[in-house]
Amino acid sequence: MADYAARGESPEILFWVGCAGSFDDRAKKITKAIVRILNHVGMKFAVLGTEETCNGDPAKRAGNEFLFQMQAMNAITVLNGYAVKKIVTGCPHCFNTIKNEYPALGGTYEVIHHTQLIQQLIDAGKLSVKGGAFQGKKITFHDPCYLGRANGVYEAPREVIEKLDVELAEMKRSKAKGFCCGAGGAQMFKDAEKGNKEVNVERTEEALALEPAVIATGCPFCMTMMTDGVKHFNKEQQTRVMDVAELIAQANEL
Amino acid sequence: MGLQNILFILLLLGATFLFIVNVRKVRRNILLGHDIDRTDKPSERWKTMTLVALGQSKMLTRPIPAILHIFVYVGFVLINIEVVEMFIDGVTGSHRFLSFLGGFYNFLIAFFEVLAFLVTFGCVIFLLRRNVIRIKRFISKDLDGWPRTDANLILTTEILLMSALFIMNAADQRLQAMGMHHYIKAGSFPVSSFLAPAFGGMQVGTLIVIERLCWWFHIIGILGFLNYLVISKHFHILLAFPNVFYSNLNPKGQFSNLASVTNEVKAMMDPSFIPAPAPAGHPQRFGAKDVMDLNWKQLLDAYTCTECGRCTSACPANQTGKLLSPRKIMMDTRDRLEEVGENIDKNGSFKDDEKSLFGNYITAEELWACTSCNACVQECPVNIDPLSIIIDMRRYLVMEQSAAPAGLNLMFTNMENNGAPWQFSPADRLNWAKEN
Repeated sequence: MADYAARGESPEILFWVGCAGSFDDRAKKITKAIVRILNHVGMKFAVLGTEETCNGDPAKRAGNEFLFQMQAMNAITVLNGYAVKKIVTGCPHCFNTIKNEYPALGGTYEVIHHTQLIQQLIDAGKLSVKGGAFQGKKITFHDPCYLGRANGVYEAPREVIEKLDVELAEMKRSKAKGFCCGAGGAQMFKDAEKGNKEVNVERTEEALALEPAVIATGCPFCMTMMTDGVKHFNKEQQTRVMDVAELIAQANEL
Repeated sequence: MGLQNILFILLLLGATFLFIVNVRKVRRNILLGHDIDRTDKPSERWKTMTLVALGQSKMLTRPIPAILHIFVYVGFVLINIEVVEMFIDGVTGSHRFLSFLGGFYNFLIAFFEVLAFLVTFGCVIFLLRRNVIRIKRFISKDLDGWPRTDANLILTTEILLMSALFIMNAADQRLQAMGMHHYIKAGSFPVSSFLAPAFGGMQVGTLIVIERLCWWFHIIGILGFLNYLVISKHFHILLAFPNVFYSNLNPKGQFSNLASVTNEVKAMMDPSFIPAPAPAGHPQRFGAKDVMDLNWKQLLDAYTCTECGRCTSACPANQTGKLLSPRKIMMDTRDRLEEVGENIDKNGSFKDDEKSLFGNYITAEELWACTSCNACVQECPVNIDPLSIIIDMRRYLVMEQSAAPAGLNLMFTNMENNGAPWQFSPADRLNWAKEN
């Protein structure tokens, strides 16, 4: 972003990578897939790079409103400093927080999730998609809570997956009834409370019952939880967990 | 005007008075919560109330209870038209006052009988679901004790009320057939006509006693039920409407930004910032320890909850054996609020009882099990928001008590120091771009 600013230019869109997308080895692959798609369609985009910080979601959901607002206001200062108008995020948590909770703190932007951007690119004819290696395979989509119920985005990821000419199989608990992966509300960063089952095991069991080739999702935290779940059942050979962006990038050899 | 009419008028006035007194107490209790503005977008609010409360749109996701509930709901609302007639009869001493409507009256009475039959059918199935089929969300330990009795009492009362209506109509039919002076020929009775033969051999006097007893039972039952609502989960039949009207219309993922925190953070970042003076009154806590720290909508939610348990049956924490139950969060909130209300009744104003919603009712283990997935909020047929209470109580734990689980404290520290929830250097943020 700083480079664009130095040249006195502004990008079409800011790609908010997110902490998982920047640091988590598995999630970095999602980040790269998104970047390949953006480069493929020739979209002028920027990232904040080392100027990006956590949007504050885990602090807020954990009840630390002070830390959240500190993070948020710092981020808003940076974003407003670059006069950012439009943001795409690789994570539903960043998406939700920046879209819904930043405006009241002085940061108003047009924010979309990467599955929405991919859908827009396909609909606008800028990205043509074929099924490639996934053609005819069975894929199920796990709704990230902060994309689905929290913001009502159910169709964009599904429409993108269907473009791959695959069999989209729905779990019984999907869309508004989607069952959480277990990572939200800052659970990702703490030990689970005492229970008789892990949430991600319950959810992955439901997904694996469909015997899909791929469990698709659109969230780096769901990615971690579902991947662990698949490992729990020793099904890594039969079923892969992939982000929608990775599906598109891989099927089209981007 | 006979003795019966005077008795009836006294009963009606007494029941109405008692109801108003108790509703005012509930209103006072709800207004113990702090203020929140839910008056924006009035047209969307009316629309939501029409769809969700009046139209019961969120019930449809579970079709069997939805149909049975529609029977009971429509029956309850429409049979009350007949209750209006019973009030007029009760005051004036008339019999079937509205019978001057002629054919339309016959249709109405027939229609009400069919509805009453469907209400009875619905309630019987509901009782079976709770006590014989033992559906999971109804046998949960959340409902042990009074809540389970409350549910069975409501259903049994409704069945008895409807039965009284049928027996009254059956006796009335016999009296009409006998050409008794007071019992003018009126009404059409598709259901109770099956009962009428059972009253065939009875004396006029016996029939009149049965008819009167059932009439009084029904009317006392209705007035008693009205007052029972206030202390029961059944209050939802009235509160569902305002509760849905004042729903949160923002995206479910949007949590409130605490204004008191915004002031402090702004002051920290910009020393010249002077926050608007805090409103007078008791200084607010960060987050919620007790019911007075919640807002009035959260307290209205608690009174509206009818303990159906859809929230809990969709909760990922609860479904994997954790202690958290969103339904219990709502029930605890109401129980504590009623306790606070009784405290105020007794002492004139709230006298510290060394108890609070957190600790005496809700534990940290419950609060920390939540994934904030919004399944409970999505499921609630009357737009109750248990998640907002959970988050407000977490805010109290973290910001007032510094009592977050160890993993979260580490995450907070990382975020403060490195701007990320994990221990990575901010300088490495763009490393992915250099990898393959």
